[in-house]
Amino acid sequence: MPFICDIITQERLVYNRHDIESVTVQGIEGQMTILSQHAPLITILDYGEVRVRKEGEEEIFAIGGGILQVADNHMVILADSAERSDEIDIARAEEARRRAKKMMEEGAPADPEALAKLEAALKRADIRVKVAGQRRSQRGPGVDV
Amino acid sequence: MATARDIRRRIRSVKNIAKVTGALETVAASRVRKAQNQALATRAYAEAALGILRDIGKQQRGDSRHPYLEERSSVRSIAIVLMTSDRGLAGPYNANMIRKATEFEKQQSVPVHYITIGRKGRDWMLRRGARIIADFADLPATPSILDITVIARTAVDDFLSQQVDEVFLAYTLFLDALHHEPHIERLLPLQPIHSEESADSVNNKQPFPSSIYSYEPDPDSILWEILPRFTELQIFHALLEALASEHTARMMAMRHATENANALVSDLTLSYNKARQLAITSEILDIVGGAEALL
Repeated sequence: MPFICDIITQERLVYNRHDIESVTVQGIEGQMTILSQHAPLITILDYGEVRVRKEGEEEIFAIGGGILQVADNHMVILADSAERSDEIDIARAEEARRRAKKMMEEGAPADPEALAKLEAALKRADIRVKVAGQRRSQRGPGVDV
Repeated sequence: MATARDIRRRIRSVKNIAKVTGALETVAASRVRKAQNQALATRAYAEAALGILRDIGKQQRGDSRHPYLEERSSVRSIAIVLMTSDRGLAGPYNANMIRKATEFEKQQSVPVHYITIGRKGRDWMLRRGARIIADFADLPATPSILDITVIARTAVDDFLSQQVDEVFLAYTLFLDALHHEPHIERLLPLQPIHSEESADSVNNKQPFPSSIYSYEPDPDSILWEILPRFTELQIFHALLEALASEHTARMMAMRHATENANALVSDLTLSYNKARQLAITSEILDIVGGAEALL
């Protein structure tokens, strides 16, 4: 039985489908997959990818943390940022990752807050690059290159 | 009496003014739509977040209150986030907002601090000698939530460190294309769980009527995640309302200016024709007078 999946950020409704079979997310306590008839749950999501599957198709999003709520076959992800794999500019994502890495290597900032910010930026960049890369290798389902 | 040439020069300059104000009106009109759409787009998140907050509120037994929600027994000072525009030519928009804020300030028995967004409000408050704790001018024309994060941070930090005990948002509500009114509401402590009116309006389309949720890891951690974002969103939404109002105000002001300029042009054209006629008549009189003298 399919269920509803919404992905919402503070700025816009990113995704809204009614025929979803399963969603895999990165919870702060590990990966989890939501199927139809899931028990009511509210949980915190980590930076990571969200894989939404329906009838053999799979869509991948990079999200920057957030909250997941599911009940009555309706799942909502309140994300801090969310981009579908094909919305990500891979060149820019790689550039951002390179920059964040370089700053880390040049010496981590002493201020714990700045350090946390930088680590978060690096994490985010990693995920975006990863998600954007998957789009390329995924073109044409079932065809191995 | 102005000569025909003087009048012609004035007509030209007034026509130029009308062109500029006409262009400003068009720009403002498109920005109104943009701000409105942006404001609408924030609704989905707000409703979902409210739903979660209410649910947690129902389950709480009052022993673990989040600092964002805590009413302080004595209020010793407050902060107002004042939203005005960076630029003028917006009719009474800024003046109305500032008047409302100063009236509000006069009713308070405790010191009032300002966090200003927009140059007009800041300049006015500086002139009055008000206490400004932070100023955010020159936001982009279409702000993103990232622009708000810093503002929210300032307000929340001052609140949590007990510099201020309440934070208010002062912004202009967008009612419709012709009406907007300055409005002040409390931001912190947050009151989403108790505010009945907003609860009712959302309740009808609540997708999760009465589910008993399990929380991972626990409701308090979820509150810590969601409340800061909800606070940001409230500021963001207020700013978008303010922007939509600002642009409508500017649009109306510019429309009136264009109309006035056009009326002035037709008046001037009349005087120009009269002046031209007068010049011709006096020239003919001269010629006739000259011819008569020769005879």
